[in-house]
Amino acid sequence: MTKQKNMSVLVYTESENGAFKKTALEVASYAKAVADQMGTTVTAVAVNANDVSELGQYGVNKVLKISDASLNNFNAKSYASAIAQAAKNEDAKVVIVSQSADSKYLAPILSVGLEAGYASNVVEAPSSTAPFTVKRTAFTNKAFNLTTIDTDVKIVGVSNNSFGLVETAGDAAAEDFSPSLPTSGVTVESVDKATDKVTIADAEIVVSAGRGLKGPENWGMVEELADVLGAATACSKPVSDLGWRPHSEHVGQTGKPVASNLYIAIGISGAIQHLAGINASKVKVVVNTDPEAPFFKAADYGVVGDAFEVVPQLIEKLKAFKAANA
Amino acid sequence: MKILVCISHVPDTTSKINFTDGDSKFDTTGVQYVINPNDEFGLTRAMWFKEKQGASVDVVNVGGAETEPTLRKALAIGADTAIRVNAEAKDGYQVAKEIANVVKEGSYDLVIAGRESIDYNGGMVPGMVAEMIEANFVTNCISLELDGTNAKATREIDGGKETVSTTLPLVIAGQKGLVEESDLRIPNMRGIMMARKKPLTVVEPTGATVETTTVKFEKPAPKGAVTLVAPDNLDELVSLLHNEAKVI
Repeated sequence: MTKQKNMSVLVYTESENGAFKKTALEVASYAKAVADQMGTTVTAVAVNANDVSELGQYGVNKVLKISDASLNNFNAKSYASAIAQAAKNEDAKVVIVSQSADSKYLAPILSVGLEAGYASNVVEAPSSTAPFTVKRTAFTNKAFNLTTIDTDVKIVGVSNNSFGLVETAGDAAAEDFSPSLPTSGVTVESVDKATDKVTIADAEIVVSAGRGLKGPENWGMVEELADVLGAATACSKPVSDLGWRPHSEHVGQTGKPVASNLYIAIGISGAIQHLAGINASKVKVVVNTDPEAPFFKAADYGVVGDAFEVVPQLIEKLKAFKAANA
Repeated sequence: MKILVCISHVPDTTSKINFTDGDSKFDTTGVQYVINPNDEFGLTRAMWFKEKQGASVDVVNVGGAETEPTLRKALAIGADTAIRVNAEAKDGYQVAKEIANVVKEGSYDLVIAGRESIDYNGGMVPGMVAEMIEANFVTNCISLELDGTNAKATREIDGGKETVSTTLPLVIAGQKGLVEESDLRIPNMRGIMMARKKPLTVVEPTGATVETTTVKFEKPAPKGAVTLVAPDNLDELVSLLHNEAKVI
């Protein structure tokens, strides 16, 4: 019998300071689901990760380990090239990436390099692998779009926090992989990143506040609530426009998208542009004095009340809950 | 310096999203179209380069004749000429391929597009164009400075930002931050009058094929009514979040 090429599902598992991000484990879980549908295995590409054995628990059979100091700073062209070489090495027909800022950056470059159709913002495992059909969000979360990827090689960008983590018993075999890297015309000069805070992209819970808080001096309770919940903090557009909070916290259509498990909106009325950006969150809670605020129509749970009374009490209740469930 | 700004013709955010033809097509009935917000930030930055550093600014769209009012609006804001590639936009690859051809034909130094359109949210056209024309590429761009053929750009990353240096030819996928909302320009009467006389060239497509096909659209399941919790009964909220929603 002639040896068949592997044709495994390839997944790019992102790491930061050597440790896999949660989205890496999620895309590995997704890749495993696709591989099961296609009767094949999962190969991961990891760049400068310390311990790759963790990936085995999420369905990865083999890890192509790239160790290269020149890749310490993310570079979309170099990373796309490395993943393309890995895909060719494995004869992969399906490549899975996350929708982190970095993966969204490299995916279109990879798509051209592999002549592979790319579907972004995918929220479910393929409904069929022939034709390869995926469900993705469109119209800024106001609709879904069922799309077929018609090329021989396919790239799927899995929305963060849409598929979840699926643990399995397994071991991932590590193999060193040394792709030849292109010269890139984009050089990182500096990175400005808060390392002690949960990012909006990675957060399972986001606590967001709006103009109802009356001024930047009142954000202490928002930060405390976020702290108790292990959440990221965010804000509405008027708040960032007024300079009460940094632009990086602005969530909504022109700001950052949010797809957390729980989104708590305090003193945010719920303008359509705001809701468009946060609609992908699974459970929404609103606290607002105005029962007519549009956010109540979009929320799952609501408290009609004064944030300055409700939030401190909620912090106390959550602390007690945490203590009782610790 | 020659700048090309890619303009996506999209439904205004407040539009009702409905589908027709067995849920295979977007229902344009009663829909107001606008310049994609992410593209408008880029166009405004391009105008700044034109006025402060000297540049020509052309705009391009891939679409049918119905997109021309959106291109005229870009001309009224101050772009010099508009190009419409006469093809129905079907997927990101096809649009990128057509734009890449326009960039090559016009020898543009800088291409500015939005990080994504607010309708299909593909987020892929600018990166594909860059790779097709072998230009440098920066996405989620929140600041861009040019000095001759050198560029300094800042991009938003998860949890912060990153500053990079690069060179022309360059493709930028921009967003708010390239300019602020308060910098956006509302076309005045003079601009609108002048826009009528500016060239809007219709070019035939190269006939690029697609890599993906939309089979069907679906709307999210209607959401149930909100569960209200009294402000003096927050234990119930904690209990609902834990036992019912299972998010804490």
